[in-house]
Amino acid sequence: MARRSVPILRHLLTKPNAPAFAAQTRSVTYMPRPGDGAPRAVTLIPGDGIGPLVTNAVEQVMDAMHAPVYFEKYEVTGDMPRVPEEVIESIRKNKVCLKGGLATPMGGGVSSLNMQLRRELDLYASLVNCFNLRGLQTKHDNVDIVVIRENTEGEYSGLEHEVIPGVVESLKVITKFCSERIAKYAFEYAYLNNRKKVTAVHKANIMKLADGLFLESCREVASKYPGITYNEVIVDNCCMQLVSKPEQFDVMVTPNLYGNLVANTAAGIAGGTGVMPGGNVGAEHAVFEQGASAGNVGNQKILEKKKANPVALLLSSAMMLRHLQFPSFSDRLETAVERVILEGKFRTKDLGGHSSTQEVVDAVIAALD
Amino acid sequence: MARRTLPILKQLAQRPTLGPCYPKPDPNTRSVTYMPRPGDGTPRCVTLIPGDGIGPLVTNAVEQVMEAMHAPVFFERYDVHGDMSRVPPEVMDSIRKNKVCIKGGAEDSGRRWRELAEHAAEEGARFNTEGEYAGLEHEVVPGVVESLKVITKFCSERIAKYAFEYAYLNNRKKVTAVHKANIMKLADGLFLESCREVATKYPSIKYNEIIVDNCCMQLVSKPEQFDVMVTPNLYGNLVANTAAGIAGGTGVMPGGNVGADHAVFEQGASAGNVGNEKLWEQKTANPVALLLSSAMMLRHLQFPSFADRLETAVKRVISEGKYRTKDLGGVSTTQEVVDAVLSNLD
Repeated sequence: MARRSVPILRHLLTKPNAPAFAAQTRSVTYMPRPGDGAPRAVTLIPGDGIGPLVTNAVEQVMDAMHAPVYFEKYEVTGDMPRVPEEVIESIRKNKVCLKGGLATPMGGGVSSLNMQLRRELDLYASLVNCFNLRGLQTKHDNVDIVVIRENTEGEYSGLEHEVIPGVVESLKVITKFCSERIAKYAFEYAYLNNRKKVTAVHKANIMKLADGLFLESCREVASKYPGITYNEVIVDNCCMQLVSKPEQFDVMVTPNLYGNLVANTAAGIAGGTGVMPGGNVGAEHAVFEQGASAGNVGNQKILEKKKANPVALLLSSAMMLRHLQFPSFSDRLETAVERVILEGKFRTKDLGGHSSTQEVVDAVIAALD
Repeated sequence: MARRTLPILKQLAQRPTLGPCYPKPDPNTRSVTYMPRPGDGTPRCVTLIPGDGIGPLVTNAVEQVMEAMHAPVFFERYDVHGDMSRVPPEVMDSIRKNKVCIKGGAEDSGRRWRELAEHAAEEGARFNTEGEYAGLEHEVVPGVVESLKVITKFCSERIAKYAFEYAYLNNRKKVTAVHKANIMKLADGLFLESCREVATKYPSIKYNEIIVDNCCMQLVSKPEQFDVMVTPNLYGNLVANTAAGIAGGTGVMPGGNVGADHAVFEQGASAGNVGNEKLWEQKTANPVALLLSSAMMLRHLQFPSFADRLETAVKRVISEGKYRTKDLGGVSTTQEVVDAVLSNLD
């Protein structure tokens, strides 16, 4: 047996250390400008359903890190007719907002407050990053997709009318102006973040004019970025490809409705909507929220048992910290969250565990540097 | 023997326990999620001053790498030499317009940059504008010269503020003030007073003071006790070069000068490099320091992804060890190191 164990011993002793346990890496060298540490005001909208639970998680973690951020909280619920004027004013002043979730009720009469915010502040790009978190087992291992979705028009224009009783027309509006700017944002994003490919998602074989116009704008912008690969995929094929071979996708640019579906699908294959960060950005403002939130916000059961997953909003608040130019705080927060996920001890139900929101938050705070 | 090896085998094969110490994920595996504002990709203009000696060699290295990465940066180059009496006004105007400058090296550079480079150098926050480098000297009588060291509350306070703000923003745990107040009781005493005042506003950051001679000795024997160091001008120069020397040499440390409105990036410490004729003739100057400073510059300009790529490529080249200039124990030329960095870019 000794003869057999020696080669095994040798193998084990020469195996390189797993990177997860490597020695402390050097911190990146930043040179802030004087005054960069001045605290920033951020508008906070807890919202409905699980919203207050997850925004409270963010508040606790920000406090624990002594991050130079303070929140101006406003009550907004999904059944209000409009977002109150003072909230819009606050976001205009602060330029940055963190939102828990606003459930849009089904049925007639009440238009979506989320859409109202996006339109009034012209947050024309919605960004969701769907990626595998280390330690979280999913069917697909190599997902890192950024879905950039046009946020202001398309099928969500909210323009519907009853032609005659029993016949309703819903207008999908596509404009060159909006298509061009979302395409520009997507390619600029790819350029700035060393992404190799942008895929446009469409159904132009059927909606020849509307999605055709969208594609035309994407192609024009693509010609200005010869270093980035550009291709197009029809949305139904796209959904099928996402669930079978997601590694082929990198940055995806889509009109409004397809973006919603693609983002939630990509989030689902990579670990669930409870963990994907995202935000909405325009030329002047940025609103951060869970990347994809299908089935979360209004879910009564997770609200009652206080088991909503705070990870998505915590990672979005880390994106917000980078947006506010506090990269070191952002690194700390992301590292702490990654550690908690990797360790696997405190996970909410959507990740296969049975922790409560507060238990996950406590774990993140304990894992902070 | 089998009985003895079995438990050893078991132990080695066992996964390390995730005990009180959380495992730290490798930061290089997943891309960090940034959400740029529309228009953030617009190219930025940066003033470039190659300077003297090895300066043009190392700034050329930076230009090559920026081009290879297609970084959204373009340079406005100006010739400035150490033997000029002043920095030409068009150079100052260019820096005022662009707000950011990268500099190769000019001999005797300290005095001329004071108009712009108001505040701190990296990590060893050292104030750049007064102290022993005030440049006020006169001959009292033939054969007797007085050199004035000027310390003001204004400058001491703002450098202390910058140092503590830096520590806060970058999750640093300790700030150490370096001084010689036992001898220069009023001048360095004023400096210390300002540091202590600012320290009270940051209760979670440790603050201590160390006399500069002890500091030099501690640096070369137990450098791990230091984190952020704040110093007046002369001590900072010495401390920065000493710290650079123990950590790998002045050929690799990044640094910069920053003020309220502008920033100038250059090698962190440059003792003995710039004017070194042999390095320049044989083109074996180490470009790493300026490459890492240009990565800091990219972060300053809010192009973090490009900065990450550049730093990763440089780290790979250094860790691989095949292409190193003489100061790191190798035999490569500047261009060979640059080519290695280029081929290691993602």
